[in-house]
Amino acid sequence: MYSRAYKTAVTIPPLLWVTVFLLLPYAILFCYSFWSVSAAQTIVHNWNLQNYLQLVRNPIYLQVLFRSMRIAASVTVLALLLGYPLAYYLSFHAAKRKDLLYQLVIIPLWASYLVRGYAWKTILGSDGVLNGFLQYLHITHRPVEFFLYSPFAVIITLTHIYTPFTLLPIYASLEHIPRYLVEASHDLGASPWSTFRRVILPLSLPGVLAGATFAFVLTLGDFLAPLLVGGPSGIMISNVVVSLFGAAYNWPLGAAISFCMMLLVVTLLFITERLEKRLAIS
Amino acid sequence: MSAGFQSRGAPLLLSAYAFLVYAFLYFPIIVLVVYSFNGSGVGGFPPAHWTFDWYHQLFMDAALWDAVLNSVMVAAVAVAIALGLGLPAALALDRTDFPGKALFRRLVLLPLILPGIITGLSLLMLFVAVGMKLSLVTITLGHGTALISVATTEIFAGLQKLERAQEEASLDLGANHWRTFWRVTLPNLRVSLIAAALLIFTLSLDEIAVSFFLIGRENTLPLEIWSRLRRGITPEINAISTLILVFSIGMILLWYRLRTRLQRTQESAAPLVPAAIQGESA
Repeated sequence: MYSRAYKTAVTIPPLLWVTVFLLLPYAILFCYSFWSVSAAQTIVHNWNLQNYLQLVRNPIYLQVLFRSMRIAASVTVLALLLGYPLAYYLSFHAAKRKDLLYQLVIIPLWASYLVRGYAWKTILGSDGVLNGFLQYLHITHRPVEFFLYSPFAVIITLTHIYTPFTLLPIYASLEHIPRYLVEASHDLGASPWSTFRRVILPLSLPGVLAGATFAFVLTLGDFLAPLLVGGPSGIMISNVVVSLFGAAYNWPLGAAISFCMMLLVVTLLFITERLEKRLAIS
Repeated sequence: MSAGFQSRGAPLLLSAYAFLVYAFLYFPIIVLVVYSFNGSGVGGFPPAHWTFDWYHQLFMDAALWDAVLNSVMVAAVAVAIALGLGLPAALALDRTDFPGKALFRRLVLLPLILPGIITGLSLLMLFVAVGMKLSLVTITLGHGTALISVATTEIFAGLQKLERAQEEASLDLGANHWRTFWRVTLPNLRVSLIAAALLIFTLSLDEIAVSFFLIGRENTLPLEIWSRLRRGITPEINAISTLILVFSIGMILLWYRLRTRLQRTQESAAPLVPAAIQGESA
């Protein structure tokens, strides 16, 4: 139906741009991961697998990776525990206030990451709002130090940031459930709880899967929250990459870690997409 | 339509839980705003000595306003890049078929879900490889590239809702594809384009993960705030954060209203950007 010129005009420019500014950079990243740094701090283009071997041999990297995955899993679970009930409430019980309440979720979704991370820093800090509050009530007499600069602080901050991200696909899948199914279940005498468990929950699983993927992947790659509120015990895998690209000056090793992360993310996306399709069919 | 189910009202426990989730989402934001008026510093409880001093100080802060100006320039050009390439990309995905289309869609949308650190780092390596000095230009290219994903999903959603009849009428009446595009398709997409521009502008203004790696000598606003955070925190940062929030919330609400205006004719709230990345299956 469309002329060849039209097709060329709409496909070629974005294709070119994406090739130069996404595909090519990923390829360069991949190349870097096989190079090394000389004693004189220059990049040497001798192709080898040293960087990848180092990742497997040196337990530090695997330790940090596992910690990052633990933190990401915690954030995912918390975001689901907070997000699912709220999405369910919005979809089935918000009635007239639905639009307003939905907007109240959208706002923190798109509002500044840095501002929200900073807010948690001022709350959890040793002379922060929470400590001030506890001392004001005479619950504690000295600032509690462990609120800030701990994995706990990273988990709270990122849960706050990614809960709306998790909620949205869940809400979308709840909205797509035909209401007559829910009513049929009621009419046939199922209790609200068993309607939820046997009808609503299974039909919303694709949304849960999508939401969980968002929370997990975005947390796994985060390096700003650990810098802001994490301290040494909250260091995550991306912070290792940041330091390798900064003071530690080992771009090739940093590139190898980044490539592994990218591979992990793409694999995860591939698996969840497959699972979602299967859930949608069955 | 599901009145029978909804009119039972929400179970008390669920309503209370939903309220608590909202409290969690908004608590840090409220604390941040309250302490921007606190004369005695960022932490402590209760806040005391209400003052506008921090806002006054903020308006005298030339370095901060330079950063604001930089951010606005970056965001404006990023909007142009993202829309300029997102529009053809969306048209290509909506109306054409070409080998590798699925791959193209994945590649364009990847920055939506890929952690910012990977996009930032791989672009950094590209710029180093071609010998380009880091500056606001590199940041703008980074934002533009990452946000093509947002532009594409937003415009694609708009295209899906477009009445094709008008375009077909235009073609039947003898206008060619270009004329039809300029006179029919583009005007009909106006609201989608404005909504996409608002969202991209806001996201670029707040962006920090990609910018972190592409920064030259001049700071954008989030990076200026970031560098000040390292030196210690003052309520002045609360004040600028409050202004950023007010601006972001205004833009987000405007975007949301434009989007719902588009969807009025359609079924209930459609999935937003994060859901869209999951592809056709979502």
